[in-house]
Amino acid sequence: MKPSLWQRLDILVRKLTPFLLTLALVLLNVIPLHIPGFSRVVPLLPLMAIYHWAVYRSELFPAYAVFIIGLLHDVFTGAPIGVNALMFLLVYGVVVSQHRFLFGKSFSVIWIGFGLVAGAASALTWVLVSMWNFAVIEPSAVYIQFLLTFGLFPGLAWIFMRWQRAFLRQV
Amino acid sequence: MGLKDGPRSVSGIAQPIKSVAQRFAFLALLLAALALMILGKVDSALMERVRVNVTDTVAPILDVISKPVETVNQLIEEARDLYDLRDVNEQLKIDNSRLLQWQTVARKLEAENKELRNILSFVPDKEARFVTARVIADTGGAFANSIILNAGEQAGARKGEAAITGNGLVGRVAGVGARSSRVLLITDLNSRIPVIVQPGGIRAIMAGNNSEQPRLIHLPPGAIVSHGDRVETSGHGGAFPPGLPVGRVSSVDEPGITVRPFVDRTRLGYVRLLDYGLAGIVETPPVQSGIAAAGKRRPQPGARQ
Repeated sequence: MKPSLWQRLDILVRKLTPFLLTLALVLLNVIPLHIPGFSRVVPLLPLMAIYHWAVYRSELFPAYAVFIIGLLHDVFTGAPIGVNALMFLLVYGVVVSQHRFLFGKSFSVIWIGFGLVAGAASALTWVLVSMWNFAVIEPSAVYIQFLLTFGLFPGLAWIFMRWQRAFLRQV
Repeated sequence: MGLKDGPRSVSGIAQPIKSVAQRFAFLALLLAALALMILGKVDSALMERVRVNVTDTVAPILDVISKPVETVNQLIEEARDLYDLRDVNEQLKIDNSRLLQWQTVARKLEAENKELRNILSFVPDKEARFVTARVIADTGGAFANSIILNAGEQAGARKGEAAITGNGLVGRVAGVGARSSRVLLITDLNSRIPVIVQPGGIRAIMAGNNSEQPRLIHLPPGAIVSHGDRVETSGHGGAFPPGLPVGRVSSVDEPGITVRPFVDRTRLGYVRLLDYGLAGIVETPPVQSGIAAAGKRRPQPGARQ
């Protein structure tokens, strides 16, 4: 039996949710929280999201969606446009290529994997932005940002897992 | 967006072709990101325009979602104020008595100043105009220091204007859209502000380095700056009006002189954009057009407070 229009629409919307949720995180990332010292080290929420979807449902999150998320992140954060697009794509590419290894592994392995990938991405971003500006950027904020991003990953992953179970099971 | 799944049971020939195509698309995207970075370096004005236009599109969303955070923050602030009521009251009484003395002095000086200006037929500076705007985004991250305001061209914000709070200088308007604008903070790596260190009137450039404390560079040889000295805008280079408070010298040692800004970035709720009728520093449009544009705006005082 052919699914009705509404059913197809419903599935399409569900398929779009990983992208839309990540988009929301990009905006959430720049909302001023007024916590002293926090704005310089805010965790990279979009990076967590991209890693998560690349591990679990990369077919719902194609490379060009990653590119768009990266560009928007650059636009809003004031970073050189293209830096995070490049970085998110690299993270996505690495994860997708390691899909066979990561598939079905326990969460702690996924988390450690995130630490490695995010750490490498932070370091590379630091190098790229420093080169772009012809100046060495103070690395301490980058380091703290990485630690926060790493530490908060399970929280976001948990929310996304619930989401997957609730809305993406049949999609 | 068509996030469509490819058919899972593709024939043996189609699969490798699809995979090659995907790989090619991925590489193309990587190259596009790199190209954008290089383009941004070559034509920063173009990229700033792109940034402003995209930001403008989502400004209403940012405006809405930043409001509850702002409200909660205000509540916390109020609770803190209530808690500190006694201490603050005590402090205010002391301040008040001190300020009353200052008021007497100021009155005397004002009268004297007026008299002297009359004698000299002094032409006073033009009155500055303000646009007050709410901070709707604080661009997170270690790589750039900027904020996004909910006032754009329609509200009267212009590129190059100084953003200030009651405490002092916040930054400079780097890009203006129709309803939002981006302010480059004084701590940003790309911020260069001509300043003057008081007392002593030493000219310098305050250069941001993405840390919380910008450095002073290009000091005249033999200049003596000490800890606690006050840093103000000098008004040189036509970027900002002179005398805006910036910060205090926080350390003077081998690697350099650092300044602790008066404005605490994390407390920024509202900022004022100061239109002084000057063209901004290192502006992309020629200076004349900036002044002309500023001049044209003058006759409409209704647009600004």
